[in-house]
Amino acid sequence: MNARIGYIASNTFREAVRDRVLYNLIAFALLLSGAAIFVGQISIEIEKLVVINLGLTAVSLFGVVIAIFIGIGLVSKEIDKRTLYTVLSRPVRRWEFIVGKFFGLSGTLVVNTFCMAIGVFVALLYVSHKIMPADALIFIALYFIVLQFLIICALALLFSSFSSPLLSAVFSFSLFVIGSFAEDLRGFAGMAHGMTRWLATAAAYLVPNFSAFNIISSVAHEHPVAGQLVLHNTLYALFYTAAALSGAVLIFEHRNLK
Amino acid sequence: MKVRYRTTILASICLGVFFAASIFVLQGIDRLRPQATLEDVLYITSPKILKRASLGYDGLLADIYWTRAVQYFGGRRSMGMSSFNLLAPLLEITTNLDPHLVVAYEFGGSFLAPPPPNGAGQPDRAVRLLEYGIRNNPNEWRLYYNLGFVYYMDLKDYAHASDAFERGSHVPNAHPFLKVLAAQMAQHAGEYETARMLWATTYQTTQDKQIRQNAAEHLRDLRVDEDVTNLQAAVTRFGEKTGRLPSSIYELARAEGLPGVPVDPSGKPYKIDERGRVMVQDPDDFPVATKGLPPGYSPVGKLHDSQ
Repeated sequence: MNARIGYIASNTFREAVRDRVLYNLIAFALLLSGAAIFVGQISIEIEKLVVINLGLTAVSLFGVVIAIFIGIGLVSKEIDKRTLYTVLSRPVRRWEFIVGKFFGLSGTLVVNTFCMAIGVFVALLYVSHKIMPADALIFIALYFIVLQFLIICALALLFSSFSSPLLSAVFSFSLFVIGSFAEDLRGFAGMAHGMTRWLATAAAYLVPNFSAFNIISSVAHEHPVAGQLVLHNTLYALFYTAAALSGAVLIFEHRNLK
Repeated sequence: MKVRYRTTILASICLGVFFAASIFVLQGIDRLRPQATLEDVLYITSPKILKRASLGYDGLLADIYWTRAVQYFGGRRSMGMSSFNLLAPLLEITTNLDPHLVVAYEFGGSFLAPPPPNGAGQPDRAVRLLEYGIRNNPNEWRLYYNLGFVYYMDLKDYAHASDAFERGSHVPNAHPFLKVLAAQMAQHAGEYETARMLWATTYQTTQDKQIRQNAAEHLRDLRVDEDVTNLQAAVTRFGEKTGRLPSSIYELARAEGLPGVPVDPSGKPYKIDERGRVMVQDPDDFPVATKGLPPGYSPVGKLHDSQ
C-alpha cells in the first residue's frame, strides 16, 4: 500500500482511539454480560439463541453508529480544524487522503468488532459452558458484519466529501435503513409495471443491499451458510465500497477548499 | 492540473466499472437467496413478538409484510408453483401488525381457501383470518361477504355461509346482494347462478387487482363449466334419439338447432371425443375450470415444492 495512505490511515485510527470511540466496548460488555446472566436465569433452552442474536445485533448496531458518526466527520473535521490544508500542502494527493481515511476508519471498526466478538464468545461460553463446532458460523456472521461496515464507511465518506456532517449522517443512516430492506425494494420493482418498474429497479440496485449480509437469525439457528454466499457477499462489498470510494474521490478532487 | 485530470478520469472509470460489477454480483446473490425476504417468517413466526420488535412502527412493518405476502403468492403463482405454505403466516403477521388492513383479509379469503394450484388449500385458516378481521372491523361488509364465500365455495357449509351473509347484510352500507345471497344459501339454490353472483360481486367490489383478475378468471371458467354441462346433456339427448354419439360438435349443434357452433370463452369451438365427452380445445386456457378437461389433466408447469 502507498506509504502516505498508510500514514493517514494510522493517524485516523489513533485519532479515533483518542476520541474514546472504543469506550463503546464498555457499554457492549455491560449489555452482554447483563443479558447473559439474565437469560441464563429465565430462559429455557434458548439462552444460546438469545446471546447470539443479542450479541451479533449489538456488534452490528454499535459498529454502524460508529461508522456513520466518525465517517461523516472525517473530512469536515479536518477542514474545520484547518489540518487538511497542512496535509494537502505536503506531497499528499486528495485521493490518498480519502482512501487513507477509509482504511483508518475501517481498521478502527475491525479492532472494535474483534473485541466485541471476544465478548460474544465469552458470553456464549458462560451460558452454554462449551463452544461447539457449529459456533464457528458466528465468525461468518461477524465477517459479513465487517463487510457491511466497509460499505457504510465508504458511504459516510462519500457524503462527507460534499455535504455537512448533519446531512451526511441523515443520508448515511437513511441508506442503511433502505439498504436493510433492499430485497423488498427489488421485490416491489418486480411486481410493478412500466415507468414505476424501471425507477424501482434502478433505486433497488443503487442502494446497498444490506439484507444479504444479515445472517444473524440463521446463524443463531445453526443453519449452514453457503460458500457461494460468502464469495458473492465479499465481492459485492468490495465492488460497492470501491464504487462509493471512487465517487468520494471524484467529488473531493473537484471540491473547492478555499 | 494534469494529475487532477488523470485522477478524475480514473475515478470515473472505477466508479462505473465497480458499480456495474456490484450489480452483476448482486444478481448472483438474488439467485442464491430467492426467498430471502421470507426468512423472518421462518424464524419469527409469532406476530406478537414482531409487533413488540417493531418498536411502534407496526404500521410500516405491516405494509412491508403485506407487500411480501402479495409478492410471495404472485411470484410463485406466476412461476407455476402450487404450494403456498407461507401465505397464511404472512397474512396473519400482516393483520396482527395492522388489524385494519382490510385488503389483507380479502386477499386471504380469496387465496388461502381454494385448493392448489389456485390457492393454499387452507380454508380453516382463511375462516380464522376473516373472523379475526370481522372482530377488528365489524363494519366492513366485505369481510362477512368473504367469509360466506369461503364457507359456500370451499367448505360447502351452507348454514355458516348463510349466517355470514346474513350478519353482513346488517352492516351499514352493505351490498344489497348480501340479503339475496343469505336467502339463496338457505335454499341451496342453482349452483352456477349463485357462484356467478358471488364472483361477479367480488369482481365489482374489490379494489385489489389480483383478486379482481382471479374473479374474472372464475367467471370465465364458470361459463365453461356451465357450457360443458349443457352440451353434455345435449350429447345424452342425441344418443337417446339416434342410438349413437355425435361425430363432432358441428353435428351436435345442427341436431340441437343451435344458431352456430358453441365456442368457449376464448372463441375456440368445443370438441367431442370418441367417448362422447365434451371438452375444451386448450385446457391450459382455463386454469380454474372443473369440467371439459381431458381425463387426468393437470395444468402444465404446476410445480410442487416445500414452501
